[in-house]
Amino acid sequence: MIIVTDLSHKIGTAPILQDINMTLEKGGVTALIGPNGAGKSTLLSLIARLVPIQTGRITVDDLTIGACPTDVLARTLAILPQVIDTAPLLSVRELVGFGRYPYHKGRPTAEDHAKVDYALETFQLTPLADRRLETLSGGQRQRAQVAMTFAQDTDYILLDEPLNNLDIAASRSLMAILRDLAATHSRTIVIVLHDINYAAAYADQIVAMKSGQIVATGSPEAIVTDRLLQDVFQTDPKVHCLNGKMMVQV
Amino acid sequence: MHSKRLCLLALFLGGCIAGYLLLGARGNWAFVLPFRGNKLIALLLVAIAVSTATVLFQTITQNRILTPAIMGFDALYVLIVTILVYLLGGQVFLQLPAVGQFVFNTTLMLVAALALFGSLLTRARGDLMRMILTGIIFAVLFRAITDFLQRMIDPNEYAVIQISSYARFARIEVELLAIASVLTCAALIATWRMRHRLDVLALGPDAAINLGENPQRGMFQALIIIAVLVSVSTALVGPMAFMGLLVVSLAHMITPTASHAVLLPSAALISAITLVGGQFVLERVLGLSTPLIVVVDVVGGGVFLILLMRGKRR
Repeated sequence: MIIVTDLSHKIGTAPILQDINMTLEKGGVTALIGPNGAGKSTLLSLIARLVPIQTGRITVDDLTIGACPTDVLARTLAILPQVIDTAPLLSVRELVGFGRYPYHKGRPTAEDHAKVDYALETFQLTPLADRRLETLSGGQRQRAQVAMTFAQDTDYILLDEPLNNLDIAASRSLMAILRDLAATHSRTIVIVLHDINYAAAYADQIVAMKSGQIVATGSPEAIVTDRLLQDVFQTDPKVHCLNGKMMVQV
Repeated sequence: MHSKRLCLLALFLGGCIAGYLLLGARGNWAFVLPFRGNKLIALLLVAIAVSTATVLFQTITQNRILTPAIMGFDALYVLIVTILVYLLGGQVFLQLPAVGQFVFNTTLMLVAALALFGSLLTRARGDLMRMILTGIIFAVLFRAITDFLQRMIDPNEYAVIQISSYARFARIEVELLAIASVLTCAALIATWRMRHRLDVLALGPDAAINLGENPQRGMFQALIIIAVLVSVSTALVGPMAFMGLLVVSLAHMITPTASHAVLLPSAALISAITLVGGQFVLERVLGLSTPLIVVVDVVGGGVFLILLMRGKRR
């Protein structure tokens, strides 16, 4: 369970987050939505300790962010990092292998190798295992990164706008993989999404944010409504219900 | 594949060392071998110090163009020596024991490097152009202050500084060898123990945090090691602008890998081959007509321009 208590954050003098209180139960896919500048990515970065907390408190299970050793947290919570452009020389297997670093600290055991093989297989990357990242397509790279976070074997996985630059096929396949991680591997997924339709189609729970505050939390059916979209995004697209899923007409 | 190439490099270096020690010696071997041996050890120390400092710097800044020398680390060392001579006077400075002088310089260098580059690297990380500009401005500033102080002091004292302001391989300060060896070995051991953490740090700060490494701490440890290594190489032979860039670029070509367990020894071997082999060819074959550093800097400067033109920062 991720518990956020009285969390506020400023960059310079500009308030980014104001008194956020949020509880995310274990399991399932939670989507953070909201307009640009709502503070979604900042909230995610704070939970993942990429940015130090200014005021407030975040706990993940029994670990307090900022107080618990960072390498202990790395075995409980993973964030999908943007490493592609900094490490073009890595092979897919090497990148996925980094997911085991929090456990072996540079000296992989047989078990670590087995987990990397399993991650490669799960994400259908075995044929690409020895290719370099720079030779892969955007979708394949994204899949390799998710495989790395999968190999990290954490209960919680955070993703910050993972669909950026992905076409519809790669986006749908990534979302399906995340759903599967939540369903069959009982991981807890928290994901920042720009496209409400993806949130409505794949998330169990949606958290809507606006100007640094949480406006609403609930199931896609409860959140994706004409009134709420108008309120959060200041625009009035039509919402349809198709086969029980909410869809926003753009 | 990499281990085979490392072995070949080691063999080649062995050949260079043998050639340097044995070829063209006339007279008493009991004199020639220790004399050349000392110079050889100094060359090896400098070679490994420069390559390791460059690899570390490129890892913590995540680029392949900047090196400690380009960012003005060497110039900072010369500036510190100049300030000391200016404040103490050349005679007092020379009367200080060499080892004490060296340790004192290195300590000052550590403090200055952490103060200046620590904050720069935190703020400008990922902004390559800003780092290059700041580095060039730092280097020019350090040299300008050095020049200014040198004008102000006695010409006799100026000679004291001049020795440490130009790269020289023919006349190496052998009395520093013991302390330089100890410091270099300590720095190398620290680097080697960091090698897996360096692999993670090279992925960038966010990825490093995700994997449970503290990038800030890693960066400061690397900066300390770099300051020590630059002090050693500058004290022994003087500043070398493009040597590090040249040898590390070659290492990336010969052993293309992200693993520091391969990259560090590969760069060190190539660096040692460049210095020992180059010195061997210049001293024994061509008869010492050109200082080695001129050749290295011309080639290294060319590599720097090519890398900048191709925009290949990683």
